[in-house]
Amino acid sequence: MTNREKYNQAFIETLEITADQLGDDLTYQSIEAWDSVGHMQLVSALEDAFDIMMDTDDIIDLSSYPLGIEILKKYDVEFS
Amino acid sequence: MLLQDRVCLITGANRGIGQATAQRFVDEGALVYANARRAGSLDALVEKNKEGQIIPLYFDVTNTQTLKAAFLRIRKEQGRLDVLVNNAGIMKDALIGMISSELVREVFRINVFATLEALQFAAGIMRRQKSGSIINFSSIVGVEGSVGQSVYAASKGAVIALTRSTAKELAPQGIRVNAVAPGFIDTALFHSIGEMRVASVSKDVGMGRLGTPEDVAGVCAFLASDLAGYVTGQIIGIDGSARL
Repeated sequence: MTNREKYNQAFIETLEITADQLGDDLTYQSIEAWDSVGHMQLVSALEDAFDIMMDTDDIIDLSSYPLGIEILKKYDVEFS
Repeated sequence: MLLQDRVCLITGANRGIGQATAQRFVDEGALVYANARRAGSLDALVEKNKEGQIIPLYFDVTNTQTLKAAFLRIRKEQGRLDVLVNNAGIMKDALIGMISSELVREVFRINVFATLEALQFAAGIMRRQKSGSIINFSSIVGVEGSVGQSVYAASKGAVIALTRSTAKELAPQGIRVNAVAPGFIDTALFHSIGEMRVASVSKDVGMGRLGTPEDVAGVCAFLASDLAGYVTGQIIGIDGSARL
């Protein structure tokens, strides 16, 4: 599984959404499931998927699907 | 045993209450990641527990990156964290008019900010397993106040507020958060107030003796265990009916 696929899977499984909902429009609180509780579950899923522990500032900044990719790059997660 | 195979992290475990708590946890069957700042200061504890029940972790709890690295290591090695004991702390006294900003920052950096930061990292792991026990350290001084200890008291009062709020927030996820509020415990930290004052305040203990680190360790073991499975958001005084 590529890192992109792992990333997408974390969103799909945690937020219970479909692949066609992934994109620039997917932002924090833009859907019901991405509330504060869903946010922490998403963080846990991403940490597990990439075997990292995110800094608090990054957890706060993770406010959209595209921003998450930029944040993960800081943890040496490469996206093709 | 109360804590069979539980994975625990205890900060400030190289002496006093932290050391006694680490030993009690091992005696109850736990695997203990013991933290201290000074390299080598956990040697005696490790040596005493030769079967590897103590894993020393040397780092400064006020350093976010080293603190995070410790939690990441525990997660990688054990896949879980059952108990966090936020024991590391300092006590510095100053009378009103002599309280410097630096003193306030130093006390709060360790007693409050590091406690909160460790709690956040621990909760991140415990959320996944939907269980866990976090034990914070307040003090009788944080409950009742004490002359010359405004800053220390404020920091320990903050720990109480922190404990109550985080307990509410984490309860739905099966994570319990409690605090202990020790009174006069016979440790080097307590004796740092001076022997004359030690003798004076010791007279104000209803039970007629200073507490021991083991007295506190026992309560921590209880709070860490399933015996306290329905206990959260509580501040447990361990003071032998002491009055300030």
